[in-house]
Amino acid sequence: MVDPALPTPSSPVVHRGDVAGVGRRHNPSLVAGALLVALVVVVALVSFVWTPYAPSRVDTSSRLLGLSAEHWLGTDKFGRDVASQIMVGARTTIFVGVIAVGVAAVVGVPLGVLAAMGPRWLGQLVMRTSDLVLAFPALLLAIMFGAVYGSSTLTAMVAIGIATIPSFARVTRAGALQVLSREYVLAARVAGRRRLAIAVRHVLPNVSSLVIVQVSVSFAIAVLAEAALSFLGLGTPLTTPSWGRMLQESQELLSVAPRLAVVPGVAIAVAVLGFNLLGDGLRDRYDPKLERAS
Amino acid sequence: MLLRVLVRAGVLAASLAVSSVVVFGFLAALPGDPARVALGVNATEESVAALRTEFGLDRSLGDQYVDWVGGMITGDPGRSYVSKAEIGPQLADRMQVTLWLVASATLIAVIIALPAGTLMAVRHGRRSGLLLAGLSQLGVAVPAFLAGILLITLFAVRLRWLPSGGWTPPVEDPAMFLRQLTLPALALGVVQGAVLSRYVRSAVIDVLREDYLRTARAKGLTSLRALWRHGLRNAMVPVVTVLGLQLATLLIGAVVVERVFVVPGLGKLLLDAVANRDLLLVQAVVMVLVVAVLVVNFVVDLLYAVLDPRLRHG
Repeated sequence: MVDPALPTPSSPVVHRGDVAGVGRRHNPSLVAGALLVALVVVVALVSFVWTPYAPSRVDTSSRLLGLSAEHWLGTDKFGRDVASQIMVGARTTIFVGVIAVGVAAVVGVPLGVLAAMGPRWLGQLVMRTSDLVLAFPALLLAIMFGAVYGSSTLTAMVAIGIATIPSFARVTRAGALQVLSREYVLAARVAGRRRLAIAVRHVLPNVSSLVIVQVSVSFAIAVLAEAALSFLGLGTPLTTPSWGRMLQESQELLSVAPRLAVVPGVAIAVAVLGFNLLGDGLRDRYDPKLERAS
Repeated sequence: MLLRVLVRAGVLAASLAVSSVVVFGFLAALPGDPARVALGVNATEESVAALRTEFGLDRSLGDQYVDWVGGMITGDPGRSYVSKAEIGPQLADRMQVTLWLVASATLIAVIIALPAGTLMAVRHGRRSGLLLAGLSQLGVAVPAFLAGILLITLFAVRLRWLPSGGWTPPVEDPAMFLRQLTLPALALGVVQGAVLSRYVRSAVIDVLREDYLRTARAKGLTSLRALWRHGLRNAMVPVVTVLGLQLATLLIGAVVVERVFVVPGLGKLLLDAVANRDLLLVQAVVMVLVVAVLVVNFVVDLLYAVLDPRLRHG
């Protein structure tokens, strides 16, 4: 829920070599974030080959069981194993995040470079358009897509992806503008290099650290958006376990089994916290001069 | 200053125009026939045709668009294809509910974020500062609807202090209104406060490094008093921006939180409309939300200039 476009680092362009040594200093955010993200990713990967039970297996004889050796996180009102659903839910979360953030980066980064290097009017056009897209948050887009095409994992991913494009375009543009003012770019221009070559050889490598930070932060936002959408029934279909849907199903049983809300809630918080910390840590690492902004 | 207002107003008008085309085009033009969508797959050709004529869907898209925009501007967006009810009064009704929710959440967020963020900045690097920073990081990771469910579990189900949902207009029963407003407003506000406090923290840290603050401290003021007298106004410039941009998040968060607490606001109206395939209603609510976001951004931009005199002439 942090606006990703806000904290534009003041001096982002750093060659990796420049920070050698500095980057290896104590960085608890990076370590904690990486560990949490790794946890979610590993759980998602393991769910492909193994879950304690089939996640959608209904077993009416074991409804609403508490924590036990057989069911680590208990069972829900249909007797489905909560731990298995959390594991498969991690898969859904990562999948939606990867596609949505991937789309946003693939579209947003070239747009940002174009906005920085192209003619002035083009830059203005890209920036004004991205302002406009910011008025359509992921949830609104997903509702619009859902109303027209019916809700699915695809509409959720596309909606989150489109809503995330502006932050990539802005971050890339800001970074690219700084690179373009450097002497080595001037030298390359004087040497007669074409714009495309300058973009590929100088601009892209130097904004990559910014983009990586943005990927991590955007991933956190995508996880939140996906959870909200599946909570509302506007995301993944009923048959696919997802953390948001688990929360939604838990709501009628809060007096009987609050655990059913807490477990997916913790999963969402762990994933978001992980990606946010990772983003903070990477930002510190790439730009040690910068005070952690958000 | 006047020029700035005019330019910004122009941008606002253009944005409103473009987004109205987007919303209209997306929901009315793309999917084929709204009348068929509203009536469902089993509808006969005659009933679809009748509905099309009744709502003027047989006219050209341009005419429909002009009609729709005109209706939105004059506060009369027409009647729903599905329930046949007038949309305007529904919008006005539901908007009030959402406004109460968003306004009280904003208030809660500011009440939390200003002291917490300032404290984090002043205690920067010390244990209490780190503890608060960790808490805010955790708050950012909790979506508002999850906070809502947890608040219901604790205060409504376990302690039975407050109702788990529902809505009473303030004129009917002010006490009940407040009791029902508290939990959803907290769910939205606390999370937003956590986000905001991180921006307050970095803004205050920036201000603390300024020369004028060092001068103020050299005069003998404590760092908190120096901040209060000289720093806060400057720290507020970025904070107000974030607060404005957060309003979009808050409105959208309200959509989900209204579902959690069964609050009959714009969000519930929108989600019900989606469930009923009531495209005209969806269109109207989406447009209202987009207009709200754009107008708030416009106001924030002007406020920005009021707070920071340097920008007035920029």
